[in-house]
Amino acid sequence: MSEKTILKFSDETAAIAKKIVARYPEGRHKSALIPLLHLAQAEFDGWLSVPAMDCVAEFLSIQPIEAYEVASFYSMFNLKPVGKCTLEVCRTSSCWLNGAEDIVRHLEKKLGIKEGQTTADGMFTLKTVECLGSCGTAPMLQCGGDYYENLTLEKTDKLVDSLRAEGKARVYTNDNPVNID
Amino acid sequence: MAKVTIDGIEIEVPDGTTILQAARMIGGDIVPPAMCYYSKLKTSGGYCRTCLVKVSKGSEKDPRPMPKPVASCRTTVMDGMEVLNITSPEVLEARAGVVEMLLLNHPLDCPVCDQAGECHLQDLAYEHGKAETRYEFPRREFEKIDIGDKVQLHMTRCIMCFRCVKVADQITDGRVHGVINRGDAAEISTYIEKAIDNDFSGNVIDVCPVGALTDKTFRFKSRVWYTKPVDAHRDCPTCSGKVRLWYKGEDVARVTARKDTYGEAEEWICNSCRFEHKKTSDWVIEGPTKVDRHSVISANHYENLRLLKASIDRQRASLPHGDKVDLGTGALNPNNEEK
Amino acid sequence: MGKKILLANDHIEGIRFLDTYRKHGGYASLEKALKSMTPEQIVEEVKTSGLRGRGGAGFPTGMKWSFLAKPEGVPRYVVCNADESEPGTFKDRYLMERIPHLLIEGMILSSYALGAKTSYIYIRGEYFYVARILEQAIDEAYAAGLLGKNILNSGFDLDLHVQIGAGAYICGEETALLESLEGKRGNPRIKPPFPAIAGLYGCPTVVNNVETIAAVVPIVNEGGAAYAAIGVGNSKGTKLISASGHINKPGVYEIELGVPVEEFIYSDEYCGGIRNGKKLKAVVAGGSSVPILPTELILNTAAGEPRLMSYESLGDGGFATGTMLGSGGFIVMDEDTSIVKNLYTFARFYHHESCGQCSPCREGTGWMEKILHKILHGHGTLADVDLLWDIQSKIEGKTICPLGEAAAWPVAAAIRHFRKEFEDFIRNGEHVNDVKHYYRLNNLTAPIN
Repeated sequence: MSEKTILKFSDETAAIAKKIVARYPEGRHKSALIPLLHLAQAEFDGWLSVPAMDCVAEFLSIQPIEAYEVASFYSMFNLKPVGKCTLEVCRTSSCWLNGAEDIVRHLEKKLGIKEGQTTADGMFTLKTVECLGSCGTAPMLQCGGDYYENLTLEKTDKLVDSLRAEGKARVYTNDNPVNID
Repeated sequence: MAKVTIDGIEIEVPDGTTILQAARMIGGDIVPPAMCYYSKLKTSGGYCRTCLVKVSKGSEKDPRPMPKPVASCRTTVMDGMEVLNITSPEVLEARAGVVEMLLLNHPLDCPVCDQAGECHLQDLAYEHGKAETRYEFPRREFEKIDIGDKVQLHMTRCIMCFRCVKVADQITDGRVHGVINRGDAAEISTYIEKAIDNDFSGNVIDVCPVGALTDKTFRFKSRVWYTKPVDAHRDCPTCSGKVRLWYKGEDVARVTARKDTYGEAEEWICNSCRFEHKKTSDWVIEGPTKVDRHSVISANHYENLRLLKASIDRQRASLPHGDKVDLGTGALNPNNEEK
Repeated sequence: MGKKILLANDHIEGIRFLDTYRKHGGYASLEKALKSMTPEQIVEEVKTSGLRGRGGAGFPTGMKWSFLAKPEGVPRYVVCNADESEPGTFKDRYLMERIPHLLIEGMILSSYALGAKTSYIYIRGEYFYVARILEQAIDEAYAAGLLGKNILNSGFDLDLHVQIGAGAYICGEETALLESLEGKRGNPRIKPPFPAIAGLYGCPTVVNNVETIAAVVPIVNEGGAAYAAIGVGNSKGTKLISASGHINKPGVYEIELGVPVEEFIYSDEYCGGIRNGKKLKAVVAGGSSVPILPTELILNTAAGEPRLMSYESLGDGGFATGTMLGSGGFIVMDEDTSIVKNLYTFARFYHHESCGQCSPCREGTGWMEKILHKILHGHGTLADVDLLWDIQSKIEGKTICPLGEAAAWPVAAAIRHFRKEFEDFIRNGEHVNDVKHYYRLNNLTAPIN
């Protein structure tokens, strides 16, 4: 029997997590569960393995099942490994009216994968998602923390190329500075 | 105290009583069915929607009817409240709809299910459902899994009543199973392979209204109607020791909690009583169990069900036909919001 | 040109930052309130303003505030609902990313009025970068003494935090939001009790939409009466409308309630007409859950009166011939749009977003999606349309929370107004032979991950 993998937050992440826990009244630290799962996902390769969730449960002194229950409820938490960049194309009404399907088909062709799959080099995962609140700038996709809006096939190509060149997408954390112009 | 009238029958109940509890105090046909509510479990109820009733008068003080049907298990009575259950064709139709939804992803294979004969969903479907399903897509299926060596979970049969989760939360320590995923992908699970192991975990079997959680020491040993229930007790250091023994011939085929008219355990029992004491000599026998109306082994069970069903069908027949159910019931119309 | 009171300064460079925001009158409202108004007076002004909840339900905000229980020694909370997820709606995101301090000022005012010492802005997880903008603005506010202890030397203390969600439409329902904020699955609670009595951590709580809270700023500044002077009938003040679909100028518009729908669609001040010179076919006026209306009924009421952008006028005729203002998610469809296919995207959405707690919604939303999928691929029958109608009626009003209605109404309205299109689609639609998706077991349920 292999030994159980145990993951721990890095010191930096643990410090952020402590700050988050301090936002809630005494005894209500479970409120930090969702922000901490985001932190864990960012720290542990973009997805929530059982050890990653156990790490959060341990940090908050809650039962591991409470973390599994919550992580599996919310669509932004990946319970399976994903690529370095997850391209999440919105497919609900306004985006559909403006050609979201064409974007998905184009990406499938360009990346050589189907929706829901990850490229062999582990670079891209392609997902379709429900309304991201970008209906006025449809069609759009989200990658990491960023929105890419008013997409055309050309813009989509450029985006994929530049992400490939950079080698990673920005991830969700509570301490990842966003450039505000 | 509050005076409430259910289907024309008046009763006075303590403040804070729910409509369902009040109906149970009256008893008989006017008691709404309940698949998720369990009086011994806090915060249970409200999910399955089978106990929906119509409140035709809110209270003496505020006589306005409630705009939508309400879950009787989670709605408290008010003084002067008037409730329609089996006297409202609308309620019966809504309930039939709920039954259809509950059966949508539930296999229709009672003959091969171990719960048959004591399944609440089977009774519910028979009493309140319609003859045919209109669902034509495949139903969701899961592998059977063992959660511990005594309990088997077969999610395929689960109707998401959440009682077992509440049992784990409220009467055991350190819950290891729960609800994962969401929507119609939601399931009861330990997520990782893990045994549910504590003194009272066997109670999840007793609270399960369907054949999703079953006793592995009894599974397929016998059809329930071939067993004979006997009430018995023992001096148990862990629980009350008050149980029901189910005899097959001379042997104790299984041990369960004693259940009331509504199928609820009267007292929780421990795993030792349930799984490890299966000899007559372990017990002080009190006598044969008085069998209630909801058991297939009661006298005239199906005859009684047939009569009840006929009465419900008569009510339903008085429903006007066509698509009249919609067009903005009052509450849903924004214009009515401030009135 | 209509009067703008929320977005009057949205195009000023740097309005995102505290300095510029203050230079243009920002936090004047807060100074006024803390210096010269009691909390009760603010509640009164909000009542006078006639402001109604801008998240979709349109419940009078002043009344909601007055329901808040105030037991001694129990904390109270103000929670801002920034979980904007209703398809077609993106106004809160625009407001927060452009003028974050407007929301923060509104939060401080509301917390002062309601006696909260800790408040939270719950924002959907996908709006990650917006949350960062809010956090930076909050940091600025703390540094300037606008948050924290003894705000502007008034003796009033407030801590304000941003909480991010993680992808669940249902968390826009206020009790699901509170569950999520408590670190649980976003399952709506069974009511009563309402949050005003037992909300966050079991304490009295007010949950308001971003736009509602932002509107408190001009209401305090100019007075409730001035706000109530804008608009028409019981639709007071201005409303942010998220316009999208086949229009020339999609975007967020602040309108005075009462603008004619026709003007909103065709005037250059707003949507600028239908794209590519096409004809209008239908509009979903208030976010995906409100009934879709065909051209003739969205431009005019059944009685032939011009339809206005107001709670009453859009609701005129009930659901038979009217719709709702909802969250103001205005989706415009041109003549080439397939109503059947659009409805499918809605049905798929609600199936994906059902929390799974209560049976009619958990099972019914998936069933409707599957039937629409079947129709869409040419396998439908005329009886399926009646079945869809019946299923939505079995969901509507039978569920714990309004997601049931939100899922049922679009189906009902599409069939009510476009039944013939469904029938034509079923008779003449392209028959796709290879439809395996819903006939395969492992694809039966919504892909969550």
